[in-house]
Amino acid sequence: MTTMTREETQALIQEVLEVYPEKAKKDRVLHLTVNDQGVEQSKKCITSNRKSLPGVMTIRGCAYAGSKGVVWGPIKDMIHISHGPVGCGQYSRAGRRNYYVGTTGINTFGTMNFTSDFQEKDIVFGGDKKLSKILTEIDQLFPLNKGITIQSECPIGLIGDDIEAVSKQGAKELEKPIVPVRCEGFRGVSQSLGHHIANDAVRDWVLGNRDNDTSFEVTPYDVTIIGDYNIGGDAWASRTLLEEMGLRVIAQWSGDGTLAEMENTPKAKLNLLHCYRSMNYVSRHMEEKYGIPWMEYNFFGPTKIAESLRKIAGFFDESIQIKAEKVIEKYKAEFDAVIAKYRPRLEGKRVMLYVGGLRPRHIIGAYEDLGMEVVGTGYEFAHNDDYDRTIKEMGNATLIYDDVTGYEFEEFVKTVKPDLIGSGIKEKYIFQKMGIPFRQMHSWDYSGPYHGYDGFAIFARDMDMTINNPCWNKMQAPWLKSETEDASAEAA
Amino acid sequence: MPNVMIRIKDNGALLFYIAKKDQEDEIATVEVDTDNEWGGVVELTDGSKYYIEPMSPRPSFPTTLRFKRAE
Repeated sequence: MTTMTREETQALIQEVLEVYPEKAKKDRVLHLTVNDQGVEQSKKCITSNRKSLPGVMTIRGCAYAGSKGVVWGPIKDMIHISHGPVGCGQYSRAGRRNYYVGTTGINTFGTMNFTSDFQEKDIVFGGDKKLSKILTEIDQLFPLNKGITIQSECPIGLIGDDIEAVSKQGAKELEKPIVPVRCEGFRGVSQSLGHHIANDAVRDWVLGNRDNDTSFEVTPYDVTIIGDYNIGGDAWASRTLLEEMGLRVIAQWSGDGTLAEMENTPKAKLNLLHCYRSMNYVSRHMEEKYGIPWMEYNFFGPTKIAESLRKIAGFFDESIQIKAEKVIEKYKAEFDAVIAKYRPRLEGKRVMLYVGGLRPRHIIGAYEDLGMEVVGTGYEFAHNDDYDRTIKEMGNATLIYDDVTGYEFEEFVKTVKPDLIGSGIKEKYIFQKMGIPFRQMHSWDYSGPYHGYDGFAIFARDMDMTINNPCWNKMQAPWLKSETEDASAEAA
Repeated sequence: MPNVMIRIKDNGALLFYIAKKDQEDEIATVEVDTDNEWGGVVELTDGSKYYIEPMSPRPSFPTTLRFKRAE
């Protein structure tokens, strides 16, 4: 199918909404739109960050997922207690593949699950005593931990436990930072509020810890990577590029990050923000309090990488700018070869995305480098400032959907018929059974890294092996195929 | 009375950011904008207006200020 016109896309949205009851339709229509690059402010065409409708299948997470799973979880040398019943921590354990260096269980704890395992009596009598016991126990069993965070699950807020008091008491006894995080799952409409709460906890309990400590030697080229969770090694692929252009990366937030790195972040000269949605809050705070500028960058695909490297170099002197050009030059042969190999195989393929955070807009450039076109995109938990940034990246008359429901997404796909869908694990098998190539773009379908030049090669390979996989011709049972199809298949 | 963070954008304009509303808009006009005083009615590019008592000396950006809705 060729590209859809504005009217066709609008008609599609109307058609999909038809099945909803009046009230639901009124709500959902605000979340679906046809992209118009002329629109300056997204709030004129799309509503976001609203409560999902009861009864529809939403793909969102909760505030605990945003704090424990995204922001705090990857900090490797701290222990993150999932405070509450055992399930929240256990079922989300190690699922995100934020890689780190260290010996798990000795000096790093990323893939382990610590929980206070609430029982009935803890709900009835409160869990504060249990929590303080856990703190001591953790410190005896894992003495190399650098600090502990307490990630609240729903019941903590409901029964009104005073985790702040326990933390203060524990911090005094253990002489380590203990951070209470009020990220109960019922707060907010999605994981997005969890990011915000986690950012605020970092601001209040970590950021200022070394304000009067000047023992850390600074250089004029100190930068930090903020909002890169090192999924499949993403942050490492980004870090090498920055280091090659002469910058010193003093902190990674929070993939492969440590508590000390976070505490030293206010000594940086520039904060480089990759995931705007989950960490813009703390970047804004550091700009205000410490005067550290921040910029958003995009390390997906050579076009955007070159753009970002030049923009980053613009903050520093000429020597860095020259080196940035050298880095781009150095990898040119490499990424040209990747494009030469895969572009002919992927040219003109159409993609629909539905993920969270930064990817619905950041990956577009990488697909375009491979000659592919993104015809629909949407966020699970974006706010209007994300859509402001998305409108410019997307083509005219393409679909944009916010907090899309399972039903809507399926219907869109049936009509738009994309060649590839990039979304999460919950959508994967539905679309694969529909015969549409699918990549799980939350944790890169167990592949990665996708950031940086090294990542781009892997990205291109993965897209190719998904779209051009021979299995997609085998969707129909052989005995159901007509004679002519058989003949043409054999000829091919 | 929203808390507003004001920062300087890449193009030199002032960016008006209301965290609660995720609103990011450039400031179009400021009623009082001299070397030693800043404030009054602030109009954004989307047409909405906010008010803050003119303050002296001029605040250094980025900073967080408490505005009132004008009108």
